[in-house]
Amino acid sequence: MTRLHAPDAMSPLPRAGGELIDAIQWAGLVGRGGAGFSTAVKWRAVVERSRGQAVIVVNGAEGEPQSKKDRVLMSMRPHLVLDGAFLAARVLHARRVVLYIGERHDAARAAMLRALAERPDQDRRITSFVPAPARYVAGAEAAAVHMINEGVATPTNVPPYPFERGVDGAPTLVQNVETLAHVALIARTGMRPTTSLITMAGAVARPGVIEVEAGTTIGGAIERAGGAGSSSRAVLVGGYFGSWVDTQRGWDIPLDHAALRQHGLGLGCGVIGVLSHSRCPVCETAGIMRYLAGESSAQCGPCFFGLRALADACTRIAESGTNGQDLERLRRWTVDVSGRGACRHPDGAVMFLQSSLQVFADEFSRHPAHGLRRTA
Amino acid sequence: MTQRLNLTVDRIKCDGRGLCAELLPELIRLDDWGYPILAAGPIPEHLLPLAQRAVEDCPVLALAIRRAEAVKG
Repeated sequence: MTRLHAPDAMSPLPRAGGELIDAIQWAGLVGRGGAGFSTAVKWRAVVERSRGQAVIVVNGAEGEPQSKKDRVLMSMRPHLVLDGAFLAARVLHARRVVLYIGERHDAARAAMLRALAERPDQDRRITSFVPAPARYVAGAEAAAVHMINEGVATPTNVPPYPFERGVDGAPTLVQNVETLAHVALIARTGMRPTTSLITMAGAVARPGVIEVEAGTTIGGAIERAGGAGSSSRAVLVGGYFGSWVDTQRGWDIPLDHAALRQHGLGLGCGVIGVLSHSRCPVCETAGIMRYLAGESSAQCGPCFFGLRALADACTRIAESGTNGQDLERLRRWTVDVSGRGACRHPDGAVMFLQSSLQVFADEFSRHPAHGLRRTA
Repeated sequence: MTQRLNLTVDRIKCDGRGLCAELLPELIRLDDWGYPILAAGPIPEHLLPLAQRAVEDCPVLALAIRRAEAVKG
C-alpha cells in the first residue's frame, strides 16, 4: 500500500514530453472513471490537435452514489492528482486546466484548492475550479464540457467529441482523477502502477475505500473490507452501470480488466457492492432502476420514457409479484432502449438491468408480492 | 466504391412526432413511446427518394442522411 497513504507533498515535476504518452501506453493505463478507455489513445487524439490550445479537465465529479474513491484520493493525495494534471498540461501543450469537482465533495475540494495554492505561479495562473452538480450524468465527458462552457451539466450530441471540440471549443482532455494519479506515478517512477482504488459498499463489515494490489480477487477485496460472511447472495461489480455476479462464482475472479472481461464483468468506476441474502434482489434492482430513470437528463425520448417504463415494470413486479406481461416488457424494452440516447446513460442502465434479469432469473420469475421496500 | 448513406436521428432534437415512420415504414418503426427505431445498415438505393422525403418533412429537423464513415463505438 504505497499510493493512498504515502505523504502528499509538492515537488518539482519531472520533465515530460511525448515519451510520457509512450510510457502510459506501455503501462496499459485505462481510464478509471468508468469507461475504461485507453489513456494513451485519448492523449494522442488531443496532442495532435492541440496547437497550444488544449484544455485539461480534472474530473472529480464522482456522481456514482456508492463511489467514494475519487473524493478520498483528492482529499489524501491532492498533489499527486495535480501532478498528473500538470503533466498532462505540459505534454498536451494545454492553455488551461479546469478542476471539475463534485459540489458536495467538500473535503476533496478544500484539499485540492489548498494544494493548488502551493503550486508554482505558472500552473496556478492557468487553473480554474468548476463545481460539478450532484447528478449521475454530470461526470460524463460531454456533460462536463457542457457544464464548464455553459453552466448546464447535460450531455450533448457527439461528435464532436471533447478531444475534437470541448471546453472553449478547443481540443479537451477530460480525465478521471485516479487516472491522473496513475499518470503521475508512471512519470515519477517509470513503473506500472500496481494498485487501484476500490470502493467497498453494501453488506461488508467495513464499507469504504481500499487500495488493492493487482491480482486481488473479488473475494479478497471483500475480506479486506471485513468480510460478508456466508450470507452474501451476489456482488455488483463496477457500480450502477456494472454487472452482477453470484458471490460464489465471482469469489476467485481477479479485479483486473482482462480477467473481469472474460466473465462478462468490468471494473467500471471501481465499486464493489455486496448484496446480502437477506435483501430481495428484485426490490434492489427496482430501486436502482428508479434512481437511474430519475437521473436521465430528460433530453432524449427513449431514455426519459424508456427508463421510467423499465423502472415502473420492475417496481410492479417488486410490489405486486411476478407477472408474465411485465417480464416480457422488460425483455423487449431493454433491447429497444439500448443505444438510443445522445449519451450512454440508457445503455448503462439497460446493461445493469439485463445483468439483474440474468443473475436473478429465479427471483424475477417467482417474486411474491411483498410491497414496496425502499432500497439503494 | 459506391457511397453508402445512412439514416441518423438527433436524439436530443427528436420529439417523437412519428412522421418519419409513416413516410418510411420500410426503415423506421416507432417504439412504445413514439420515438423512431432505425433499421441498421445503409439505405437501399431504391428507398433513397423516400428517405430524402422523410428527412425534409421531419418537423424538428432531427432526421438526417449521412455518408457512412468508419463508425466507431
